[in-house]
Amino acid sequence: MDIESYSLLLSAFLFAVGTAGVLLRRNAIIIFMCVELMLNAVNLTLVVFSRSLGVEAQVLVFFSMAVAAAEAAVGLAIILAIFRHYEVVDVDRFNLLKW
Amino acid sequence: MVNLLGSVPGLLQHAEGAYQPILPGLILVLPLAGFVINGLGAFVWRGNRSVPSLVGPLAIIGAFGIVLANFFAMKGAMPHEPAVVSLWTWMAVGDLSVGVDLQFDQLSLLMMLIVTGVSAVIHVYSVGYMRDDPGYSRYFSYLNLFVFFMLVLVMGANFPIMFVGWEGVGLCSYLLIGFWYENRDFASAGMKAFIVNRIGDFGFLVAMFLIFVQFGSLGFVEVFGAAPERLVYGGGVATLITLFLFLGCAGKSAQIPLYVWLPDAMAGPTPVSALIHAATMVTAGVYLVARAGVLFALSPVSQAVVAAVGAGTALFAATIATQQYDIKKVLAYSTVSQLGYMFLAVGVGAFTAGIFHLMTHAFFKALLFLGSGAVIHAMHHALHVVHRDDDPNDMRNHGGLKNVMPITWGTMWIGTLAIAGIFPFAGFFSKDEIIWSAGSYGYVVLWVVSVLAAFLTAAYMTRLMVMTFHGENRSGADARPHLREVPAVMWVPLAILAALSIVGGWVNIPEALPVLPAVGALHHWLEPVMEPARHVMTEHGFRQAHGAPPGGGEAVWALVSTGAALLIVLLTFRALVQRRYRSAAESDMPTGLAGLLYHKWYVDELYDRLLVRPLLALWRGCWRIVDVGLIDGTLNAMASGTRMVGWVGSLFQTGRVAGYMLWFLTGVILILALLLL
Repeated sequence: MDIESYSLLLSAFLFAVGTAGVLLRRNAIIIFMCVELMLNAVNLTLVVFSRSLGVEAQVLVFFSMAVAAAEAAVGLAIILAIFRHYEVVDVDRFNLLKW
Repeated sequence: MVNLLGSVPGLLQHAEGAYQPILPGLILVLPLAGFVINGLGAFVWRGNRSVPSLVGPLAIIGAFGIVLANFFAMKGAMPHEPAVVSLWTWMAVGDLSVGVDLQFDQLSLLMMLIVTGVSAVIHVYSVGYMRDDPGYSRYFSYLNLFVFFMLVLVMGANFPIMFVGWEGVGLCSYLLIGFWYENRDFASAGMKAFIVNRIGDFGFLVAMFLIFVQFGSLGFVEVFGAAPERLVYGGGVATLITLFLFLGCAGKSAQIPLYVWLPDAMAGPTPVSALIHAATMVTAGVYLVARAGVLFALSPVSQAVVAAVGAGTALFAATIATQQYDIKKVLAYSTVSQLGYMFLAVGVGAFTAGIFHLMTHAFFKALLFLGSGAVIHAMHHALHVVHRDDDPNDMRNHGGLKNVMPITWGTMWIGTLAIAGIFPFAGFFSKDEIIWSAGSYGYVVLWVVSVLAAFLTAAYMTRLMVMTFHGENRSGADARPHLREVPAVMWVPLAILAALSIVGGWVNIPEALPVLPAVGALHHWLEPVMEPARHVMTEHGFRQAHGAPPGGGEAVWALVSTGAALLIVLLTFRALVQRRYRSAAESDMPTGLAGLLYHKWYVDELYDRLLVRPLLALWRGCWRIVDVGLIDGTLNAMASGTRMVGWVGSLFQTGRVAGYMLWFLTGVILILALLLL
């Protein structure tokens, strides 16, 4: 197996960990970090493919990182606001918005 | 060249003698301006009575002045062709071109004189009668608007313009019948008038369509000019057109079977009853038949129908009038009966006699209504002071009023003698001419019916006078001292109309009675307008006088009829003045024949059973099945379906973030699977 296959396997593993974390954890900060993990798994995939398919994929990675940074700023602000209100960050407690 | 020179003096002469309408537009603008100003007044300066008191009557008096100037101008020129003033084109579609055209001829000018003249008097009277009404300004704006539309009706030079006026007066009639709209009965009386009139308007419209199809034009001059050549004498088309026209007339002029709205129209203020439901609007049907005289002359069947319906209505309504206790109801049925006379006249081809009776009737019926208004005004005031809610209209509560209201009493007796047809009052000349026409043209049955109705007229009017003004007063000891004669602003109009009720008939003295110089003046005046219709009838031998009715010429019959009427007045007076009536509260329901007449032959009940209830049931069915069942049902089903889908969708909204993520993931996996497989 060459380096690309290992890298793709690692990326798939990271993505699976992130997904499992988002689905299973309740702490908003952890979920948030897991989302970052999923994003970076995808970034890794893109970088791997850029070796064979050209440099455009690396440009996409920069976009993704910039968007992730913005998303982190907004998301953390939301979590902070929720924490100030409820004094917890357990997402199962935030269930008012439903039928 | 010689020809041209020769024709010039003739042309000049014609131009000098020709009649030009004077200020034709202003006649209409004045009442319309009155409507606008008083209408604004109803909103802007609500409590102000001086503005409507001035603007309302002055607008009409001004219009009357212009009409009078036109009358003298036309009298001098006596044109044989109508003068048509085209203001602007209303609509031009394909072959149809309708202009806002006003027609000035002897007939329309006579109608304008009657309308503006009687209206002016009634406007002045209203200043006194409506003094304490909170809707004072609104009242005058409606009244001005009515005069405007009535003038449009009589001045229109084509059917659509006439129809605008026709509908407009119907609207004003509705507004004024329901003037006191807080009272539910009054408001429904207004609706009844409107709906019954709609049936007639349907006939008018159909006739208008038929005329357009047949003639390609709707102008009076074109249609009536072409009618003798275009239509077959006695043919189906002429009969159909005129019968539909007559349906319209029967609605507007309250003839059998559409007369039922007029007695209920008495819910409006009394001056309104005088103006609209006695003197002017209800005569529009007679005017229309006279105006379309050529068309009616072309269809003997329609003429027979008109005459028969007229005579039938005259007698039928007169029987009801004999047993009514509401003073205005008596006069209302009397109006229906007199309108019947007018239709009898125009039906037998005596168009001038019909218009003549229209004119004299406008004078004496306006007088009688305003007199009854004065009585009601006085009674209402007296009962109001002592806080009693007895009916001020009920004649059983009147009695002996001649001592407190001598002017009203005197003028109303003049009106009564006029309507009873006693020489030399106005009604004698006009009614006698109608009865004599019916007799001399050989309509024996119609003649007998009209004579009977004339006798009944004398009887019920005397009964009204006796119950109201003679005998003992029955208004009660507490209210009696508060009865007063009406103020001058109300009795002066009574006096004017009383004078007209005396001299009004002298404009058309029959040839048989050359007591005054104006022999046949009205005949002469209307000659240019009525000539085409008479020409058609003589040409086809319809109007062949069968000689005088049995027993001699017109002079003998005039003597006999006035003698008989006088005898009936005296006998009724003698018989009733002794009778002790009880006040309305103490009286029993009349029974037997009197009860049948009191309940108006149960015609309203009959219509209710035969027409109103089945139609209501039909509509209720439509409402339940079509509206509620079908339309509402479909919409409700759609709404509940949407609600169901929404409810299913809302099950996914658990509020748990992990749950949403799981669905999201499932979706992503499904999409991926679809893409890959």
